[in-house]
Amino acid sequence: MKQVISVLVENQPGVLNKITGLFSRRGFNIESLAVSVTEDESVSRITMIIDIGHNAVDQLEKQLNKLICVLKIKRLDNVEMTGRELILVKVSATPSTRRNIKDLCDIMHAKIDDISAATLTVELADVPQQINLFLEMLQPFGIVEVARTGLIAVQKGSASMN
Amino acid sequence: MNMTGAQSMVRCLEEEDVSHIFGYPGATICPFYEALYHSESIRHILVRQEQNAAHMASGYARITGKAGVCVVTSGPGATNLITGIATAYMDSIPLIAITGQVQSYLLGRDIFQEIDITGAVSPFIKHTYLIKKAADIPRVFKEAFHIATTGRPGPVLIDVPIDMQEAEIDFSYPEEVNIRGYKPTVNGNLKQLKKVVETIGKAERPLICVGGGAFCAKAQEQVRRLCEETKIPMVTTMMGLGVLPTSHPLNIGMIGSFGHKTANMALSQTDLLILVGARVGDRAITAPEKISSHSKTIHIDIDPAEIGKNVSPTVPLVGDLRVVLESLLAEHPSSNCTQWSEYLQKEADAEKHTMPEARPSTIQPKRLMAEIGKQIFPDACVVADVGQNQIWAAKYLPMQQGRFLTTGGLGTMGYALPAAIGVKIAQPEKQTVVVCGDGAFQMTNNELSTMVEQGCDVKIVLLNNRTLGMVCELQRIAKRHKFGVALPDTPDFGKLADAFGVKSRRISQDEDMASAIAEMLAYDGPYLLECVVSEAENSKVNM
Repeated sequence: MKQVISVLVENQPGVLNKITGLFSRRGFNIESLAVSVTEDESVSRITMIIDIGHNAVDQLEKQLNKLICVLKIKRLDNVEMTGRELILVKVSATPSTRRNIKDLCDIMHAKIDDISAATLTVELADVPQQINLFLEMLQPFGIVEVARTGLIAVQKGSASMN
Repeated sequence: MNMTGAQSMVRCLEEEDVSHIFGYPGATICPFYEALYHSESIRHILVRQEQNAAHMASGYARITGKAGVCVVTSGPGATNLITGIATAYMDSIPLIAITGQVQSYLLGRDIFQEIDITGAVSPFIKHTYLIKKAADIPRVFKEAFHIATTGRPGPVLIDVPIDMQEAEIDFSYPEEVNIRGYKPTVNGNLKQLKKVVETIGKAERPLICVGGGAFCAKAQEQVRRLCEETKIPMVTTMMGLGVLPTSHPLNIGMIGSFGHKTANMALSQTDLLILVGARVGDRAITAPEKISSHSKTIHIDIDPAEIGKNVSPTVPLVGDLRVVLESLLAEHPSSNCTQWSEYLQKEADAEKHTMPEARPSTIQPKRLMAEIGKQIFPDACVVADVGQNQIWAAKYLPMQQGRFLTTGGLGTMGYALPAAIGVKIAQPEKQTVVVCGDGAFQMTNNELSTMVEQGCDVKIVLLNNRTLGMVCELQRIAKRHKFGVALPDTPDFGKLADAFGVKSRRISQDEDMASAIAEMLAYDGPYLLECVVSEAENSKVNM
């Protein structure tokens, strides 16, 4: 089961080390991880996707809660969250294929950021499934390099973690 | 008030009412030692190796209920402390470890005696601090003591770069702590409490299982009342030993892979297991899923993460044991399990009184332990090391009102002697007896020096089988080769003791046991009683 977890932590050096250390020693596997400071600069938000059983999520949440640097934990499911991931793809593009790639970008609402004689660099912010689809469509042109942020997410509606 | 960071560290310790600290100085902690020299209320105990500073602080903490404090220098001083910190973490002992560190502006350059100690200990410590602003020292110390001693106790490390110790600060000690990510639950949930009472009332064969948490919460009295008022029989884990006297009729014994037969039988037949400050570690309960198949479980613990980690409870209850048990007792839980209780009491009583026949010219560990138990004062503290000696002491040395200390979680060999020194410093008026083997003793016998220097009247019962007995036994059980476990050329322990100025005696016959123990206990000063034991003795097999 894929589980999205949002964790508010103290924005201090060494905190990420404590979180990831806990994952490795308790045998939890992180699929993606995104960290950044929040509206309160003393607090960072970590959004992560883990592949984990239901009981294990309980235990993981409790273990995370034991870390003094952890302030709040929220499990998010698809129904109640708005989530996005950003991807930058450098794709091979010759004068003859550029047009096709541009069409694909238009369909997926991706944006072209950079161009060279042999490549295009495009960006897309979307849900992970759409990002995967986009990558699949770009594959035949030859992907040179990919950078993905990992999912970030907040609760839908007016609810917040603060 | 203006002072240096180092002076403020000492002031913080004084504010926290610290009377003893166990340490070993070095270059990066020198400013602190200079400030400590001027303290009138704190006594420094110089250990012989840093790991033992943590063990002594652990023994001290377990007796006083306050945080034990140890202080070492950076680099190797700090890394030597690691095993002691891990030991305290696994046994939930409140410890404050202060480490010197190289200049903060040089951190990360791998300079002489620089090590990332906060990073190194992070998997097995409750919390760590690295001081980057000297002005933070008072707040950090206040928080560290709060974190170490509240909730589930544990070690906290404060790493203090030398320039932070030398910097000037305006000192004031905070009155309160406010750590937004740390709010341990103290009171039990009322609804859950009612469910506990209800579940107990319905059980036919309930069994209380007490762990080390009872001592962390200072809830011995509440545990006793729970047992006596409900008449529910009680077993303990190794860490829970001594919560009721061994002779108490409701005390059925110690569970676990090395535990008492009746206690384990009770565990396999109960229909309601009431876990009280016990974390269902594998040595205590090897197959928790087996127990859940025939039994409901009530799990009372201060650490929510322990609930459901090793066993899925029917009724979980999170909170401070002392507080929770008080609230529980106020609800007057009652149980109708007289028949079950009497059956277990009869079995346990027979087991308690079975002793192997004396064999002349040998010392049988079980008889030795029973004899020690018979002769020590009722409030004596017994500190057992790790290995066969630990199992024999745990199973056959009857406890009365005293404490039984050992490292049940990490199983750190060499723990007993330094821990006992900490115990003796905490309660000099009470008897302190170490039980250890010849293997572990040689890991920490350098602390005999500290013991003598500090005038600690610790009695050491050394079981010498010239072997690493437990490993040898495990090899024997698994039909493996006896390999790497022989210590045939052990030193002359009498001469060794003599070199440190410790009186000693060596016995090898059952006939000498009683008089030798009496002589040891009557002697005014530290004493080493070496007991020659056959390497063929087992700890696993029941008599």
